[in-house]
Amino acid sequence: MNQVVVDLLKKTFPDSIIEVKEFRNETTIIVKKENIVKISEFLRDNPKCQFNYLSDLCGADAYTPENRFEVIYNLLSIPLKHRIRIKIFTDETNPNVPTVSNVWEAANWCEREAYDMFGIIFDGHNDLRRMFMPEDFEYYPLRKNFPLMGIPNSLPLPDTNPKK
Amino acid sequence: MGLEHSFGDSIITSKIDSAINWCRKNSIWPMPMGISCCGVELMAVGAPRFDISRFGSEVMRFSPRQCDLLIVAGTTTYKMAPVVRKIYDQMPDPKWVIAMGACTSSGGMYRTYSVVQGIDQFLPVDVYLAGCPPRPDNLLQALMVIQDKIQKGESKGSPMTVADERKILELQNSQI
Amino acid sequence: MQTSTLDYRKVRQEKIIKALGNKDTSVQFDDSLENAMVLNMGPQHPATHGVLRLLLKLDGETVIQCIPELGYLHRGYEKLAENCSYHEYIPHTDRLDYLSPLLNNTAYVLAVEKLLGIEAPRRTQFIRTIISELARISSHCLAMGALAMDIGALTVFLWTFREREKLYDIFENLTGARFTTSYTRIGGVAQDLTPEVKKMMEDFINQFPEKLFECEKLLNTNRIFVERMDGVGVITREKAISLGMTGPNLRAVGIEHDIRRVEPYLLYNEFDFEVPTFEGGDCLARYYVRLNEMKQSILILQQALEKIPQGPIHAFDTKKVLPRKERIYTKMEEMIHDFMLINIGAVPPIGEVYHAVEGSKGELGFYIQSRGEGQPWRLKIRSPSFCNLQSLPTLIHNSMLSDVVAIIGSIDPVMGEADK
Repeated sequence: MNQVVVDLLKKTFPDSIIEVKEFRNETTIIVKKENIVKISEFLRDNPKCQFNYLSDLCGADAYTPENRFEVIYNLLSIPLKHRIRIKIFTDETNPNVPTVSNVWEAANWCEREAYDMFGIIFDGHNDLRRMFMPEDFEYYPLRKNFPLMGIPNSLPLPDTNPKK
Repeated sequence: MGLEHSFGDSIITSKIDSAINWCRKNSIWPMPMGISCCGVELMAVGAPRFDISRFGSEVMRFSPRQCDLLIVAGTTTYKMAPVVRKIYDQMPDPKWVIAMGACTSSGGMYRTYSVVQGIDQFLPVDVYLAGCPPRPDNLLQALMVIQDKIQKGESKGSPMTVADERKILELQNSQI
Repeated sequence: MQTSTLDYRKVRQEKIIKALGNKDTSVQFDDSLENAMVLNMGPQHPATHGVLRLLLKLDGETVIQCIPELGYLHRGYEKLAENCSYHEYIPHTDRLDYLSPLLNNTAYVLAVEKLLGIEAPRRTQFIRTIISELARISSHCLAMGALAMDIGALTVFLWTFREREKLYDIFENLTGARFTTSYTRIGGVAQDLTPEVKKMMEDFINQFPEKLFECEKLLNTNRIFVERMDGVGVITREKAISLGMTGPNLRAVGIEHDIRRVEPYLLYNEFDFEVPTFEGGDCLARYYVRLNEMKQSILILQQALEKIPQGPIHAFDTKKVLPRKERIYTKMEEMIHDFMLINIGAVPPIGEVYHAVEGSKGELGFYIQSRGEGQPWRLKIRSPSFCNLQSLPTLIHNSMLSDVVAIIGSIDPVMGEADK
């Protein structure tokens, strides 16, 4: 349990922290989504935390009526060699989350991938396009209500007549 | 070729045919479309152990205008399908297609929203190869099957469309 | 059908042109021959290491702007994971980084074992270390060969393929398949390491350093190779960390970060090896890092093959580990456990875990969320090639068109992993 970091966060942002969990020696901190940019900058710059490397940013679909989508930040500190996980929740009707691509540039493409797969919109992102699916694809594949085999005719096949 | 049109089906054209087919089959230049894991076995076929140049495929040209065999090696997604079709259209006649691996034959182990379940949905295929990935020896056998087909003159060398084939099949089924 | 194909292309092109255009190219040219040109290094290209599409904005020969476009090999891995049990997903992990499939197998199985809370026995850990290092050598061999081929030196490609064929023989003897092995299992490995395979590995290790030295002789002092790579594609330390670069690319900037040292998994804290780090951050430094990593892998392999103990290769936990075939055919409980494990899957407690290993391209991590079922609720693959490719526009900026090929080769992306 990364007690030092948890205590620092509780002291600096007392009303943003919702829950702290620990499982298999890993700490997960659930925070409110409004303050995520300030929390990220604090985690990156504070000398006891120094989380300067964003390992992974992903989205998840909890499929609950409120707080449907989660955004998970897996952070690593290269100088101090410790890890932590930050989680925020967002709604289905208002899937807007502030972007952290100004804090860690690695978040740029990861947020595009989360937008492509779930439809989570990152406010302030400079180039929010789809990452893997073609640009005109209308659905968000990793949502739980999208079938594994896809929706027929959602992606076009090329023309089979030989070009003259 | 003009000779076959003017002489029709006679002994002279059949001898010329077999001579031309013999030349064609022993100098097939493949166009490697190495998309994913099967592409690594394709590279291994070109490597010294399973040498493809002893079958006449001395060079793997990366320009479609200079090739006659398209080896589609790797999972084809819906996003990649127009690219493969474009390359196939750019190849000059006569041309042949090998669908290498399970993913190109039928979608393979990926029954998902973004993978085309078999490239024969938009390309006429001559030989299907099973395997995930097929061994390089397997690919060489497929090449030999294509060489047989060329020698007997029964390949799908002309770009008949997939839609035409389906119409013919339906006609045949309805007449039975 | 016709109109919809045209429409989607128009939508895509509009957005890409907007991204290309609105950066800081504030130069104005009157002469039409002096305008910037947009070049498409398409998904089908001999030097893009797979299906990577690059849109380059050129000013003469200099690249001003580069937009990579991924997704041509997106196969829906993460959605597949939500529908497969933990055991069924092991063959899918082979095809992620298809140049070192045994490493991906090991990484996934370690993450699942962390979630389940079991640990494999000691002999299995030795076997997993050995195959990880062999897979790393195989991947770096191909990286070196492909990089040299892109620069123009075709001989090195053929020589490294010859070495890889020897590795494929070892893998085939050990696991049954040349690559796409699916060798590891939850709680163990599929088959044991026989003395015959051990002898093959020792023979390979004894002859590999001199073969590597032959390739080095061709490349290290070759003036063309060095001049095409020295000072090309430079990146600073802060930018590399901020962009999330990982693996040999990060170690070529001077940062000694290797997960085998920082968070030791398997048995890496028992072996004596160095982590090669170079300053410079250019293509030549990345090449040297990979070269020296291969030599360090040989050291680890020598130590591991000496010290490997005898013992069982499967963990003993009946509810989570697949039982042995002989016992399934003869004993009742094992048959029932096998039935439950194949149909429902190994059931972990509710929770989430992130486990990263040092893959051949960098930090390969699996983030698994479990809700107490046999399938994961969410599985995210943190692929190193995705994060390395993100730094491509920074590396390519202001270099020549022919350097683009060298830079992509030195980053060594694998699209099966980057596109998931």
